[in-house]
Amino acid sequence: MKSNSEGLIINGVVAYIDRDNIDTDQIIPTEYLKSIKKFGFEDYLFDGWRYKDDGKLGITKDQRVIDENFILNKNPFNESKILLTRDNFGCGSSREHAVWALRDFGIKAVIASSFGDIFYNNSFKNGVLPIKLEKKEINFLFDQTQQKVLELSINLQKKEINYGKKTISFNVDKHLIDRIIYGLDDVDITLKEKGKIFDFERTRIEERPWIFK
Amino acid sequence: MKTLYDKLWEEHHVTQLDSGESLLYIDRHYLHEVTSPQAFEGLIKKNLKPWRLNANIATPDHNVPTTRGNNFNSESITDEISKIQVVELDKNCNKFGIKQFDIESNKQGIVHVIGPELGFTIPGMTIVCGDSHTSTHGALGCLAMGIGTSEVEHVLATQCLKVSKLKNMNVRFEGEVDEHVSSKDIVLYLIGQIGTAGGTGYAIEFSGSYISSISVEGRMTICNMAIEAGAKVGLIAPDNKTIEYVKSKSFLDDDTFNQAKEYWKTLMSDDDAKFDKEITIDVSKIKPQVTWGTSPEMVLNYDESIPTVFDTKDENKKNVELARDYMGIENETKLSDLTFDKVFIGSCTNSRIEDLRQAAEIVKGKTIASNISEAIVVPGSGLVKEQAENEGLDKVFTDAGFIWKDPGCSMCLGMNPDQLKPYERCASTSNRNFEGRQGYLGRTHLMSPIMAAYTAINGTIGDPYEI
Repeated sequence: MKSNSEGLIINGVVAYIDRDNIDTDQIIPTEYLKSIKKFGFEDYLFDGWRYKDDGKLGITKDQRVIDENFILNKNPFNESKILLTRDNFGCGSSREHAVWALRDFGIKAVIASSFGDIFYNNSFKNGVLPIKLEKKEINFLFDQTQQKVLELSINLQKKEINYGKKTISFNVDKHLIDRIIYGLDDVDITLKEKGKIFDFERTRIEERPWIFK
Repeated sequence: MKTLYDKLWEEHHVTQLDSGESLLYIDRHYLHEVTSPQAFEGLIKKNLKPWRLNANIATPDHNVPTTRGNNFNSESITDEISKIQVVELDKNCNKFGIKQFDIESNKQGIVHVIGPELGFTIPGMTIVCGDSHTSTHGALGCLAMGIGTSEVEHVLATQCLKVSKLKNMNVRFEGEVDEHVSSKDIVLYLIGQIGTAGGTGYAIEFSGSYISSISVEGRMTICNMAIEAGAKVGLIAPDNKTIEYVKSKSFLDDDTFNQAKEYWKTLMSDDDAKFDKEITIDVSKIKPQVTWGTSPEMVLNYDESIPTVFDTKDENKKNVELARDYMGIENETKLSDLTFDKVFIGSCTNSRIEDLRQAAEIVKGKTIASNISEAIVVPGSGLVKEQAENEGLDKVFTDAGFIWKDPGCSMCLGMNPDQLKPYERCASTSNRNFEGRQGYLGRTHLMSPIMAAYTAINGTIGDPYEI
């Protein structure tokens, strides 16, 4: 198993989008789901907000009309590794492309007060860390973004966000964060239980034969 | 002591891993062209094959054009990029030997419509698909949920899903509704009450006298939109109606079916089952629902005023402002003040035969309003289309000015040519009113097939109680 070399600490400028319920259609519109590849989605992240024109799969950023007011188009946020947002981020469609687009853009952590269940799950499988914080902490961080360019340091093993002298702890299941730190592959892990799956299946075929017709 | 979800969980529980997560055995896996290519690629790279071939059923639905006519095949798709994806599904299914209802099949359709309709979804199953609306299948007493592409690969390779257990919620719908109210209104109302994150982390069981009173197709509409309330699992205990429905679709021999039936009768929450959250809703007070904004929770009675920032709580002001702006709501104060451009009847939420019958009943003998530039009906599957045509519904729709189309996801998400143009306003029976969902800068108002049919005829949200 390969270790993620920069996986233990995520440092950087925080880009922020002050909205609730950012659904996966906003993170990446359906047009780009026509790709059969797993990479190359960076130019389509937040497509509807990032550009002033309609895009197509294969048309890159330099061919588009950029909305200079959108945060990810502004320096230094165009190189942010951390995204701050509000409630229910990643709700809606199950498209893993939403995580691929964040990952390809360079986002390594998303901080929000809550996440859509399927998005949350998909994130860990692609090295993107979703961090749930209390609303008051989210409010605090948003306040800071209004005063200066906010830079945070996220320590994955300690499950801490460090900001100056302030430390904000967060909860995340150990096995999920380990998946990011060590780049674990779920299929490999599960296939170690091959014998148990075969046994289970054999019994099920006898007990519930109608499932297997 | 146990809920239906608990029972289905235990029934499929293979083992608990060191991480604390569980492996759940997956009985049925549905595949479509959009979320599967990268999963097949992963499988090939690992030199693996599908664990159990006959668990998998595939069909192309998201990208397919809905004006196909005769002799149409995957190669006939004019959008080159869509074609690649549909052809890729053909190739992968052929390579591995997965059963596919391809674009030429009369049984092709939206994956969540064809599954139950062809007897592949039966009570007590665990069902997954790389699509969030997989919760639909919960209406037949299944533990069904949407998954990402990494998990599609995982299920293909291992026949298992690696998951942690959800919490239990019971939503009890009690009472009777009037003739203008359908199950779409009930689920939209629920989403308005608990919000799009209200069900996050839960499996929602829907119960109560209202659920017992409605058809299996009506129940599918409710479970379908559990995800719009944040719950990836929605489910309903099977009853005699479910068993009759399944019987009418089943390919099982009588002995096997009867054996299964005995088991299905045990699939219900125990009387003393413990839920982490319980909600009871009196449906008799619910009126037809219509969304006004860019989230399904932004929903109102059809005759209500649209919220303004002035009458909204501080924490929600920004959401309301952004939604009003996107939806082009300026001086209009009520939903009935809005003028519509398009009407879409279809999607995995509302494209089944009962949906089409309800809409046809209203448009019969009438003509769509002059401001409606296009009104389309997209049956959920080839079999729904055939049934509707046998009943003459296609004629009812086309006589009124609707376009009668071939099956697919169509304008629910506009991956095919059925899209809104910028700023067009659409009355839609689909499930998501997100920005750009039906086309770049398009404006979506979610509603039932009944209300969409009225809107087509009126050109605006009409009052079904006066027409």
